[in-house]
Amino acid sequence: MEITVTVNGKTSTHNVPPRMLLVHYLREVLGLTGTHVGCDTSQCGACVVLKDGISVKSCTVLAVQCDGANIVTVEGLAVNGNLHPVQEGFWEEHGLQCGFCTPGVMMAAYQILQDNPNPSEEEIRAGLEGSLCRCTGYHNIVRAVKYAAEKMKAAPAGQTPTAVAAGSGEAVP
Amino acid sequence: MFPAEFDYTAPATIDEAIRLLQQRDDAKILAGGHSLLPAMKLRLMTPAMLVDIGKIPELRGIEIDGSLRLGAMTTYRMVLDSQAACSRLPILVDSISKIGDKQVRNMGTVGGSLAHADPAADLTAVMLALDARLTARGPNGERTIAIDDFFVDMLMTALDPAELLTRIEIPLPQGRAGTAYAKFAHPASGYAVVGVAALLSLATDGTVQDCRIGVTGAGPKAQRARAAEDALRGQQPTADRLADAAQQAADGLDILGDIFASADYRANLVRVYTRRALEQAAARAG
Ligand SMILES: Cc1cc2nc3c(=O)[nH]c(=O)nc-3n(C[C@H](O)[C@H](O)[C@H](O)COP(=O)(O)OP(=O)(O)OC[C@H]3O[C@@H](n4cnc5c(N)ncnc54)[C@H](O)[C@@H]3O)c2cc1C
Ligand code: FES
Ligand code: FES
Repeated sequence: MEITVTVNGKTSTHNVPPRMLLVHYLREVLGLTGTHVGCDTSQCGACVVLKDGISVKSCTVLAVQCDGANIVTVEGLAVNGNLHPVQEGFWEEHGLQCGFCTPGVMMAAYQILQDNPNPSEEEIRAGLEGSLCRCTGYHNIVRAVKYAAEKMKAAPAGQTPTAVAAGSGEAVP
Repeated sequence: MFPAEFDYTAPATIDEAIRLLQQRDDAKILAGGHSLLPAMKLRLMTPAMLVDIGKIPELRGIEIDGSLRLGAMTTYRMVLDSQAACSRLPILVDSISKIGDKQVRNMGTVGGSLAHADPAADLTAVMLALDARLTARGPNGERTIAIDDFFVDMLMTALDPAELLTRIEIPLPQGRAGTAYAKFAHPASGYAVVGVAALLSLATDGTVQDCRIGVTGAGPKAQRARAAEDALRGQQPTADRLADAAQQAADGLDILGDIFASADYRANLVRVYTRRALEQAAARAG
């Protein structure tokens, strides 16, 4: 089936089998391997991306369901080569160890901050319940999200990922 | 993992969806996909065609006046975002905010949860307590199904294969009334080992006028705890009376055991979580 999808600001059309999952479309058709497959059973959140501004587990969405949609993956977070505050937070606060969960956690974190620019530690932890990390014990991930929140408050303008800005305009930083 | 091959179509109208379902008896409806796709990836389900109802605008939305009306494709997220719905029916926050995780709530739909009729789903019990009326449309037109008649057995509902659940209508409790949901979540899956939903409405003299209790997780389908409801009607909702009624909550229920919780243990959870849900509902009734 032919689908037209905007991913990280770039629109393209492909013929995909209906059973192709969004995560395989991103990784194998588009070559965007930042989005990972962890559990493949909708539990771990390694595969989280934004679909029309909301975070989804791309292992549990069909590519054909995204015909006409605007997708942002971890590769779309940085603006003109500058790390997004969420990415910077993970760098500064040592929010990753092996890094396998990280792309999904960052996309989940991105949405937490979109829904609530000033989350408490508890709210960050609750917001990340769909993301499993086997390495960090979560403390530094929470610090990374806090860092991003502070940073985004300080400089709210100009931090919309290019990809989101180019899409449906759903997302605000 | 990926599903077995299937044909896919995303009709723009309800009638078109029904026509497609009628043509193909090996077709299944795809809503949020968060029960169906995991099952298809495990090849537990192998429908030959999916009719995606995600592109039908009229199935999505929330209206509230004398009643709360949810389009079947309304996501959990949309319900939680509705200030009007959540303030009138705090039971929706109790239950929906504990379903899966943020990403599951972004995709999962109210109609999908009810139509799937998972024995451990949360909204099944909630809708029983709230006395929801479901609207279904099929080849023979539209009909209304009372929630008490909707759940037939494990993963089985009163819907015909070519019928679409279109709308869920919840009467808004009037006067002094309170709702609450209490769940003992499975530590790994988050689904209800037992979940209890309660609605209490009080007469002007403060006695319990009506009470509806829905129980999920305990048996093959969501059930009403009628013995406890009956015990409470006409009583003052004091802590003692609520506890006495909760003691009868498992009476007459079909209760199953599994590797995680025996039937006896589940029956006990039903009593304990009924008491908690009733106490919360009574406190909210004021
Ligand atoms: C990781 C994870 C955790 C979860 N945790 C919980 C939890 O704690 N509690 C809980 O209750 N649920 C939980 N769920 C299930 C989730 O709530 C599902 O979204 C829900 O059960 C099904 O809704 P859906 O919109 O995704 O339906 P789908 O998966 O698309 O469909 C489910 C079934 O219903 C049928 N159907 C759907 N819509 C209609 C309709 N309008 N008319 C007729 N038939 C229809 C479909 O054909 C299919 O058979 C979890 C799911 C996941 C992946
Ligand atoms: S790979 Fe999608 S949730 Fe784990
Ligand atoms: S950093 Fe290794 S799984 Fe999270």
